[in-house]
Order: sequence, then C-alpha cells, then structure tokens
Amino acid sequence: MLKTFSKGGVHPPENKLSAIQTIEQLALPKMVSIPISQHIGAPASPIVKKNDTVKVGQLIAKSSGFVSANIHSSVSGKVIKIDSVVDSSGYKKQSIIIDVEGDEWFEEIDRTPELKKEIDLSSEEIIKKVGESGIVGLGGATFPSQVKLSVPRGMKAEILIINGVECEPYLTSDHRLMLEKGDELLVGTQILMKALNVDKAIIGIENNKPDAIEHLTKLTKQYQGISVEALKVKYPQGGEKQLIKAITGREVPSGGLPIAVGAVVHNVGTAFAVYEAVQKNKPLFERVVTVTGKSVKRPSNFMVRIGTPVADLIEAAGGLPEDTGKVISGGPMMGRALSTIDTPVTKGTSGILIIPEGESRRGKIYDCIRCAKCVSVCPMGLEPYLLMKVTEMQNYERAEHERTMDCIECGSCSYICPSNRPLLDYIRLGKVEVGRIIRTRKV
Amino acid sequence: MSKLLTVSPSPHNYGKDTIKSLMYGVLIALIPTLLVSLYFFGIGALIVIITSVLSAVVFEYLITKYILKASPDIIDGSAVITGLLLAFNLPSNLPVWIVIIGALVAIGIGKMTFGGLGNNPFNPALVGRVFLLVSFPVQMTTWPAPIQSRLQYLDAVTGATPLGVVKEGLRNGEQVSELVKQIPSNMQMFIGNVGGSLGEVAGLAIVLGLIWLLYKKVITWHIPISMLGTIFIVSGVFWLINPEKYMNPVFHIISGGALLGAVFMATDYVTSPMTAKGQLIFGIGIGFLTVMIRLFGAYPEGVSFAILIMNAFVPIINLYVKPKRFGEVIKNG
Repeated sequence: MLKTFSKGGVHPPENKLSAIQTIEQLALPKMVSIPISQHIGAPASPIVKKNDTVKVGQLIAKSSGFVSANIHSSVSGKVIKIDSVVDSSGYKKQSIIIDVEGDEWFEEIDRTPELKKEIDLSSEEIIKKVGESGIVGLGGATFPSQVKLSVPRGMKAEILIINGVECEPYLTSDHRLMLEKGDELLVGTQILMKALNVDKAIIGIENNKPDAIEHLTKLTKQYQGISVEALKVKYPQGGEKQLIKAITGREVPSGGLPIAVGAVVHNVGTAFAVYEAVQKNKPLFERVVTVTGKSVKRPSNFMVRIGTPVADLIEAAGGLPEDTGKVISGGPMMGRALSTIDTPVTKGTSGILIIPEGESRRGKIYDCIRCAKCVSVCPMGLEPYLLMKVTEMQNYERAEHERTMDCIECGSCSYICPSNRPLLDYIRLGKVEVGRIIRTRKV
Repeated sequence: MSKLLTVSPSPHNYGKDTIKSLMYGVLIALIPTLLVSLYFFGIGALIVIITSVLSAVVFEYLITKYILKASPDIIDGSAVITGLLLAFNLPSNLPVWIVIIGALVAIGIGKMTFGGLGNNPFNPALVGRVFLLVSFPVQMTTWPAPIQSRLQYLDAVTGATPLGVVKEGLRNGEQVSELVKQIPSNMQMFIGNVGGSLGEVAGLAIVLGLIWLLYKKVITWHIPISMLGTIFIVSGVFWLINPEKYMNPVFHIISGGALLGAVFMATDYVTSPMTAKGQLIFGIGIGFLTVMIRLFGAYPEGVSFAILIMNAFVPIINLYVKPKRFGEVIKNG
C-alpha cells in the first residue's frame, strides 16, 4: 500500500503533456524586468541605479530584513531604469529593468558541469550562503529558504522531506529536474541535511512519475541517509502539511510550523538551487519553467533566466494559440491568471499554462444543494460551504471559530462543487478580514 | 500581442460533477426499481408514475415561473426525482387526482415554499406522501396484490402488506410463528412479489441502485448502512428477547420501505447532514425511530415518519458535529 495523506483530496486530470520533454536552455531575452519582491516578506532594496552595467549573478537588490531575499541579475548588460511592472499578482511591483548585452558571468561562478560531492562548508556557513544566494522555496510559495533552515531555539529538526510530489496537473518542471539533475539535487539534499543537522531525508514522489522514482531510488544508494518514498497520487499532496502527514503520519498543529513535528520540507527545485549555490557559487537567477496547455504546439520545459517576459517562453513553445482564453502562472489548481503575457518570470514561476477560451469561464452558480462534497474533499477538515456562508453574512467571528485560517487555498472545494459555487473566493475574503481582526486584537 | 486575457482567482479547472449529472445518476439508480414496479403492478403503476412525475415537473415549472418569477430549470432533474420517489411511495391503485394533490404538496409545500432545490428542510417526496397518508388513510393503505392486479387500476385486487399483517395479527394476540405462514418468505420479499407501495416491491432492485450510487460516488455508504444496521440491531434485540412477539431482523430490513428509504429517501443531499459523522448519527436515528414506530406505534410502517423527524434534526447535527480538523490541538484538562 502506497502512502498518502488521510483526509480529503481530489483527482483532477493529470495532463502532464510535457513530461517527456528534456529541459532546454531558453535563448537570452533582449530585456529583463526583475521585480524586487519575488518572495514572501519584505521587498529587497535595489543597490544598482540607472546606467549601471551588471554581470550575470551580480547582486542587484539586497535583502531588507530577516524574512526577505537577495536578488541577483540574471543577465549581463545595462540597467535602463527602475520602474513598476505588472507581475503575476496583477499588481505593479518595483522592478529593475536591464537591457541585455552579451552573456558575461560573474567570475566567481563555477560554470564547469562536473559534479562536486564533498561539502566543505559548515552548517552555519551553508545557511549564510543560501541566504546570500537569494534562494526561496521554488515550489511556488517562495518563502526565503535560509529562514526555514534556521531552526528556532528549543526545537529540533528530525527529518528533512524533499518535495518531488508535483501534484498540480500539467506541471513537469520538478519531474524533469529529478530525471536530469538527480545527482545534483541529492548532493543539494545532503547540504540541507548538514545545515539542519539531521541524518534522515526522504524524497516524496507521486507514483505517476515511476521513471523519477526508479532513477532517484537507484542514485540514493550512494547517498547516506536519503531514501525515496513513492506516494499514491492525490491532490494536494504537495502541500507542506499534507506531505508531512503522508510521509511521517504526523499532523502539523493548527497555526503551527512543520518544525513543531520535527519536519522541514524543501522542494526538489530548491535542493538543486542549494547545490548550485553552495558547490558552484551560483546564486539563484534561473529556474526550470514548464510551458504547457492543450492547444500549445510544443509543450516544453525551459531553463529560464529570471525576469524573462512570459511572452518569450510562449513564443519558444510554438506561439500563443488562437483559442487562448487564460494564461496561468503555475498550475490550474493554485496558479494565478495573468493579465498580460509581458509579465516577467520570477523565482516562484513553476509553469506557464495556457487554457483555451472554452475552458476559461466558470459555469453558472446555483444554490448549494448540500451534497457535502466540499466537506469530504477538504484536506484540512474544514466545511467550505459553511465558511462561505458565514463570510457572506460577514460573521467573521464565526468564520474564525470554524477555523477559516487553517485553509491552505488548495481549491479542492471549488473544484468539486457541482453548483459551481465560488467557495474559495469567499474563504479568501474571509481570511483577509479574520486576519485583520486577529492583528488588531494583538495590538 | 493585445489579446485580452480572462483573469479570475484559482482554481482554474473544475470537476465533472454538475447538479444535472448527480441527479441523472440518481435517476439511473432508480431504473431497476421502476422496471420491477411496472412488472409487478402493471398498468396501475404506469398511471401513478406518469401522473406523479408529470405533475411534479409542471408544478415546479409553474411555481418557479409565476410565483418566484425566476427562469425555470426543470432539466436539472430534481423534480423528476421527487415525482418518481413520490410515486414509489404510493399504492398502484391510487386515483389520479390524489396523486396530483400529493405532487402539489411535495413540490409546492415541501420544496418551493423554501426557495427551491437546496433550501428545503424536509424531503419533498415524503412531505407529499405523509400528507396523503394522513388525508386519505383508506386509499393510501389498500395495497393491490402484485402480478394478479397487473391489468387493473382502480379495481385492483387488494391485500395487506406483510408489515400490516404482522401488526394486525400481533394486536389480536396471534403468535409470530402463526403469522409468518400468512406472509411471503424473506427471500420472496427480497426478489419481489410483495404487496405495498410501488417502490417497495423488490429489495433486490433497490440494492442494485445502491451499488450504482456508491460506484458513481453520488452518495457515500454512511447513511444507508448506519440506518439499515440500526434497524437490524434494534429489531434483532427485541427478536432475541421474544421471537414469538417480535419479527426477525431480516424481515424488518426487507419489508416495507426500509430499503427504499435508506437508499433513496434518507440520502437526499439537501435534507441530510454535511459530515460523515453527522450522517452516521442521522442514519442511526432513522433506524431507531423506524423500529420504534413499527413495534410500538399506531402505524405498521414508520420509515417516512422517521426520516422526516430526523430531517428536523439536521441543522442541529450540522451545528454540533464537526469534521475532525487537520492538526487539531488537543486541549488538556
């Protein structure tokens, strides 16, 4: 029996169209716009100005707090301006816009392809290096990684979980990375283990990726303490709490962090970025992005420099299809719909999904027929129909009491609802209000 | 590159279930029962079913259009289900005008007064059925004999239901061992050939429907199994105490409306609880009340009343019975 999380979950069609496409290096863009806020936490502060010339890998914006991240240039060239650009959230964000000239890398970066296995740095040095390199959670949450590696006083990490689940339909960037950069990501995993001072790491992969499971299982024989756990396919298994539950059987307490049950979770993409930063001295300025969709000519996986316009990726995958209705940054369950394809790729962009016009609109909303499907699929054990109702009635006290803040916004409730009710939309609204109430209470 | 994109919050893909697909799932599950009722009760069954379904649909259409002034959505299939379930709860020799009244009460009072599908606290078909039972007690309790009354309608040969025979016999001081000779065997009742409402004639057909509903994930096992299990256990306890005074538990499950109620009436989405735990409590309550009414009440059959009573408890069950939350912090002391 394969493991999975016990409560709720749905099975959306997988549609992994680009699973067999090897990662291709995308051609350099003419211009990049690098937002200074690509992570959770405070925006970085720019340290370059107009007309400065920069190299690939050069620090251009500095972390501005404990929860923040450095930002490096992904190209070489000249800073044209610092201006606001619409990012995947739909809001304008301060961005550093660079005109690309050549491809001159910072000298300190080791560009040789050889695998470097020996880890020279100490635990503290690794954490510092991860912070300096601007690494954030590449699964999409973009939480600064060095914060997750700094275990709070009085707590102890027992197990490192590497998230190779990729439960979002369509996306294949993590899948390809596991197949093509297996050794690198296992060394990355060992580096993370050293930083956390744990002797056990488990890589969780859903069994719709048997090739990745087989490949990594074979490789892990040479790496002490690392093993692969094949998991039963179920969305949202890639959710941090669900993955910990699936692998260890432990439940992260409501409102708590994974470390409360001794677990730390990092994405496979993050482990690879950590390898490159620590072993090759290469900061985070490029990542794998899946470009996919049913009417996309050539579904692909690209290695993309941060700041590249989404339009360039779509062009490389065969152009924007005629019947395009929506362009999503991320997967169909939790991704964000873009308002323009000029939006730049950021550290959190795991995929670009193009949805045809016919599938872009929501169906007509009917009254709740109380089928209870939303309750049975909620992986957090909540009652989405009720949370929507109390939010509609602006009864935020009740919403808080019914644990609306536990919602991980996976969208399973809206997905399953036969009446097309906008459950998650309302729950999000309620969370904003309840969050505000909780903050004022603390003051 | 000036294409206008659609923007909306996630999720961006949706499951295949719609109200229509779920309702049609129930309708398909009702087909075996429909066929056996036509087979056993013939022309009378046909008349009652057509009248009930047609009038349910027409009443819903008229009320939606002219009283609620909304655009009618008959094709969602829920009115067809209500009409069909009402018919399954009626005898095959019921006059057309009474069937029409039943459909009017079911749809008009049971469902539309509350705002239509999704908002009614009580199972509409049962509201209609119980209204008829208390208003027309004679017509509602004369049961045509199966097969031999196939070609008759109002003039059908009638007889009592097994539950009626047992109730009447026990009241007159007869022993169970004598009474069982007057009624069909459990096996006969299960495969058909038993007097009663249209839908009660064969347990087997209902079980086929149940398997379909579970396979298609239209319903979960919680309500039917907890309700039937409770009927079995509670009636079993009485039977063990005195097998000459109480019928055996298998009889209680396959006679009357127990199976029809457990599979198609109690599982109605709108009028049952939202959590698995709540559904178990709901099913147990119905099972318990059913046995109590059958053994100690004035009526020989109690499924309809039991379901309606438990329908009334649904809001309070939903208020107090919560799913187990993920990561619930257990408070000490």
